[in-house]
Amino acid sequence: MDTLLLSRIQFAANISFHILFPTITIALGWVLLFFKLRYNRTGQRKWMDLYMFWVKVFALSFAMGVVSGITMSFQFGTNWPGFMETVGNVAGPLLAYEVLTAFFLEAVFLGIMLFGASRVPGWVHTLATVLVAFGTTMSAFWILVLNSWMHTPAGYELRDGVVYAIDWMAIIFNPSLPYRLTHMLLASGLTVAFLVAGISAYRWLRGDHAPAVATGLRFGVVLGAVLIPLQILAGDMHGLNTLEHQPQKVAAMEGNWETGPHVPLVLFALPDQAARENRFEIAIPSGASIILKHDPAGVVPGLNDFVAEDGTVLHPPVAPVFWGFRVMVGTGMLMLAMGAAGLWFLHRRGAENLPRPYLIGLVGMAFSGWVATLAGWYVTEIGRQPWLVHGVLTTAEAVGPVAAGMVLTTLIAYLMVYVALMVAYIGVIFHLARKGSFFTPPVQPALQPAE
Amino acid sequence: MFAPDVLPVIFAALMGLSILLYVILDGFDLGVGLLFPFSEPEERDRMVASIGPFWDANETWLVLAIGILLVAFPAAHGAILTALYLPVAVMLIGLILRGVAFEFRAKAPLVHKGLWDAAFFTGSLMAAVSQGFMLGMYVMGLRWGWSEVAFALLTAGALTVAYSFIGATWVIFKTDGTLQRKAVRWAQGGIWGVVIGMGAVSAATPLVSARIFDKWFRFPEIVTLAPLPLMAGALVALLWIALKRLPAPGDHFAWFPFAGATALMVLGFSGMAYSFYPYIVPEKLTILEAAAATESLSIILVGVMVVLPVILCYTVLAYTIFRGKATALRYD
Repeated sequence: MDTLLLSRIQFAANISFHILFPTITIALGWVLLFFKLRYNRTGQRKWMDLYMFWVKVFALSFAMGVVSGITMSFQFGTNWPGFMETVGNVAGPLLAYEVLTAFFLEAVFLGIMLFGASRVPGWVHTLATVLVAFGTTMSAFWILVLNSWMHTPAGYELRDGVVYAIDWMAIIFNPSLPYRLTHMLLASGLTVAFLVAGISAYRWLRGDHAPAVATGLRFGVVLGAVLIPLQILAGDMHGLNTLEHQPQKVAAMEGNWETGPHVPLVLFALPDQAARENRFEIAIPSGASIILKHDPAGVVPGLNDFVAEDGTVLHPPVAPVFWGFRVMVGTGMLMLAMGAAGLWFLHRRGAENLPRPYLIGLVGMAFSGWVATLAGWYVTEIGRQPWLVHGVLTTAEAVGPVAAGMVLTTLIAYLMVYVALMVAYIGVIFHLARKGSFFTPPVQPALQPAE
Repeated sequence: MFAPDVLPVIFAALMGLSILLYVILDGFDLGVGLLFPFSEPEERDRMVASIGPFWDANETWLVLAIGILLVAFPAAHGAILTALYLPVAVMLIGLILRGVAFEFRAKAPLVHKGLWDAAFFTGSLMAAVSQGFMLGMYVMGLRWGWSEVAFALLTAGALTVAYSFIGATWVIFKTDGTLQRKAVRWAQGGIWGVVIGMGAVSAATPLVSARIFDKWFRFPEIVTLAPLPLMAGALVALLWIALKRLPAPGDHFAWFPFAGATALMVLGFSGMAYSFYPYIVPEKLTILEAAAATESLSIILVGVMVVLPVILCYTVLAYTIFRGKATALRYD
């Protein structure tokens, strides 16, 4: 394997591992604030129990996110020097603002949020929780600005092959940002909703019927059920935005080779890029035209439009984008079904009497948000290939001159660490859940309700 | 908005400040990790408690430093980081291990605690050694020869001992009783690493480059610069005396070793900054040559001028809230 491919796999491994944890912390910060405000309002102990349980998951996830994020800021230089040399004038300030307005805020106030409850007045602790949640969201905002700009660059000009910023408002609010940011924030909310529901269901099934567990179940299921329709809507709008700016990505998502009207919606196929056709295709006639153009005769772009005269392929690899999209949508549909069923059960039977098979289903879905989020990111990021910055810089141009063997060595080392930490992380979350279920520690609510 | 030849200097100064703050702040919490093998398991909870609320923000200074290198000096960023590919990877894996071990040791099943303690030490060691190695390679002009690597190994050892020294002084400051007395002995052992490390870098830097030799030893600089090594020597002597007498009755002067260690780091860092200025890649690329476009640096500087004072304020606030001796870490 060559340096380019190995560097890509290494960055993909790092960023895939990294994004799992911000996906949890972005929404969990606000969820913790909600628990705390409910406690402040009602004085009911179950809200503090919920806060105490999930703040541990938050602290662990936050640490995983921080350390895996540091890795990426270094890899820009070690593996992708061409990225900063070409688009550094745009990417640099965006990253700098992320560090300045988000990283320090969340890092400093996290210390106060986690360990300061007995040292500061209640309102300061609540404020620290607000600032941590705000910091994680700001961090998501800035990094999605940069990522969106890489997909739909705007507000710049090229001089001697180097990008110069000319309009910062156009750069920050570039065409795909609103859709991508909304889609990601909702993804984070859904991930946390199903995590809270799944872990609460696990505790319930193990016989821990504390009020906090039932409330956690209800909270997770309702949050998931509310967010998933919004996410489907946001995803659809994001897709239409992509069709406008990156038609080749949508063509790969749909597995559509020829531009034309009445394009079918492919449910299953094995895209064969060498033969430029789909094998074993199962499709709904005119489905893609209806979804993308709201008209069965709507013309949908095909992949064959993105092959140069000399045969150079200018569209992304089809199979991973095609399948990533189906995994994401499939997981979303499962979430929709579980959310709807959950609302019905809650309405008819209450959180204390949910059917056992449904609870087992929720445990199975505890990390479903991760699956959908990763699959979605693979669709959008692989879908950008061969470009690193769409229309400006290709991935091959940005890679650094590091020996392939060296990249392979570090790649294997990172992978070993990531697999070990992944096992430990999931193990510890279930360990915390079991611990909560057998001996609920006599928690003295040291946090007094703020007046 | 800002003059094009002033901006790179401002950003070099900001990067220097970030690196200095990182070396001092993450230095003490890496150092605490390095001291784990010398401590009893029951002392470790207290040592971790002394850095618990701070370590995350401390590490953010590294992100800011590398961020400034990345955004303000993109050409140097690529040159330095591709030359230091392997030590950077070792450092990153070390930082990952220790950062998460911190959380896992308190949350994982009790039988695994020893394992995570070992990961905490190993991660701290990997980070400290690789940072010292990178320092040595940088001083040697980023060339991978036998003598350069040998020197880098020396600085790797020295910086590791120096971190454990500042870590020990932090434990003296933040704890009491048996652990504090133990930390005084650790500091007595570690101060030699500081002396050897600073001595080696100070001796080697002018020998590697005639330009740097000239900067230090020509007249009148040799007179105006003389206070730097003299102050460092005096500080080491004072620290040595203080460590002989600590812990003092009423816990007087428990803060002094940490303050002294910090001052030593500031002195050493100032000397290095003076030596290498105006180069950012030693003897190859100056900060002016490596700087990014003026309009991009301007927009960052606006943000920095507004936000950095705020960051410093709330950092001070956090250290004030968690002042005094470390107590067990509790979420309630």
